Amino acid sequence: MRFSGLRVLAEGLRGQRGWTPHWHDRSPDAQYDAIVIGGGGHGLATAYHLAKEHGLTRVAVLEKGHLGGGNIGRNTTIVRANYFLPGNSEFYSRSLKMWERMETELNYNVMHSQRGLINLFHSDGQRDAFVRRGNAMAAQGDDAVLLDRAGVRRLLPYLDFDTARFPIHGGLLHPRGGTARHDAVAWGYARAADRRGVHLIQNCEVTGIDIDQGRVTGVQTTRGAIRAAKVGIVVAGRSSQVAAMAGLRLPIESHVLQAFVTEGLKPVIDHVVSFGMGHFYISQSDKGGLVFGGDIDFHPSYAARGNLPMAEHVMEAAMTLMPMIGRARVLRNWGGIMDMTPDGSPIIDRTGIDGLYLDAGWCYGGFKAVPASGAAMAHLMATDRPADYAARFRLDRFATGRGLMDEEGTGAQHSLH
Amino acid sequence: MRIACPHCGPRDRREFSPRGAALARPGPKAAPEDWDAYIHQRDNPAGITREHWYHIPCGTWLTVTRDTVTHVVEATE
Repeated sequence: MRFSGLRVLAEGLRGQRGWTPHWHDRSPDAQYDAIVIGGGGHGLATAYHLAKEHGLTRVAVLEKGHLGGGNIGRNTTIVRANYFLPGNSEFYSRSLKMWERMETELNYNVMHSQRGLINLFHSDGQRDAFVRRGNAMAAQGDDAVLLDRAGVRRLLPYLDFDTARFPIHGGLLHPRGGTARHDAVAWGYARAADRRGVHLIQNCEVTGIDIDQGRVTGVQTTRGAIRAAKVGIVVAGRSSQVAAMAGLRLPIESHVLQAFVTEGLKPVIDHVVSFGMGHFYISQSDKGGLVFGGDIDFHPSYAARGNLPMAEHVMEAAMTLMPMIGRARVLRNWGGIMDMTPDGSPIIDRTGIDGLYLDAGWCYGGFKAVPASGAAMAHLMATDRPADYAARFRLDRFATGRGLMDEEGTGAQHSLH
Repeated sequence: MRIACPHCGPRDRREFSPRGAALARPGPKAAPEDWDAYIHQRDNPAGITREHWYHIPCGTWLTVTRDTVTHVVEATE
């Protein structure tokens, strides 16, 4: 089944009776060429690229719950490429270009909306830092526009320019930044992977990783043993638990990051706005809800729900930045479990066990990385060599101290990111 | 979440700052691998964990035994 305007029109005329399921709900075979543990955005994209670019025909995605039920369905949907450091910069630049082709490639509407992202600054020092970041983005080939106070006011007239605790001096506009429909990204990759023969297996929790003489031979699951010579761990906040099945200890702490959405409103916020001083960011979904979030709760958590202090902090930041938001009513809040690394940057690497690969440590920035992460992880699993644009996402950079990518500049330690 | 400070009694989480996993600090002559294990590598359990918290009003460092799934604080010392 292909989606097209003509098809939508035809289905409209015949009562929407011709649509078929987007993918097959498979039962596991006894053996595969490659297994991807984790049916979220990164895992599904990995399986898709394994099948598409590397010719692996027998690939399984094992998901303990339902596809797309983890962080791909729990984020604030922001897509951007405004990174500064070598390693991150080229990777996210590539990822954004893949986003720009994604809907055509997957034949799926992920509602990618490049509405522009504005990072506000509130001091001369912050302005200098954003000028430097903007130059790094331009040097990478991406887009960045420095806005002065009047420039921000033209785009975001609803901000408090007169009495805010942190007066707005300007902003860095990233015009190609924006949002996408997060669930549709999972569905789009699931459908595209399924069409290339990937088995998507839900309600199949991995309970053990089989290793023989330093080499992976398969996994144990709640639906039986499955053999494979290549296994990828792509499980975000649960990375430590799954890696522990292979005897690995990871440089990761799992933290909860909260997000909030208000009742649906008429269009009022046209961009993605981020307010670093209050650690607050907001956009408006196509349904009209204001989607916003803040910082992690800062103590390890697997609760998938947040505590009130951070919720209050986020609301306070919202009120000081845009007082109009006080009239909106919060409809829901939720938490996602973030796999936080000491330097805030991810890991796509081998593990020291042959055939076992790790894609983890996305911290609070995994959504925008989905396409390039999937491609890079597939490249690594298929060839045993890292993709050049993800070669710096090494697992051993913490042990050696070489190649740390501390984007925030706070120090490569847990509890600082 | 409420944490019992040995000096001040049960207090709101807002008064405390999380300071990371409670691990034994390696000695000055420890191998680089031991420092890596101490600074970076984590068990990161889904369940009971021990971590340091700092009580900001009274300046006490605590070792808190806490469940990372339920957020229940089991013990402070």
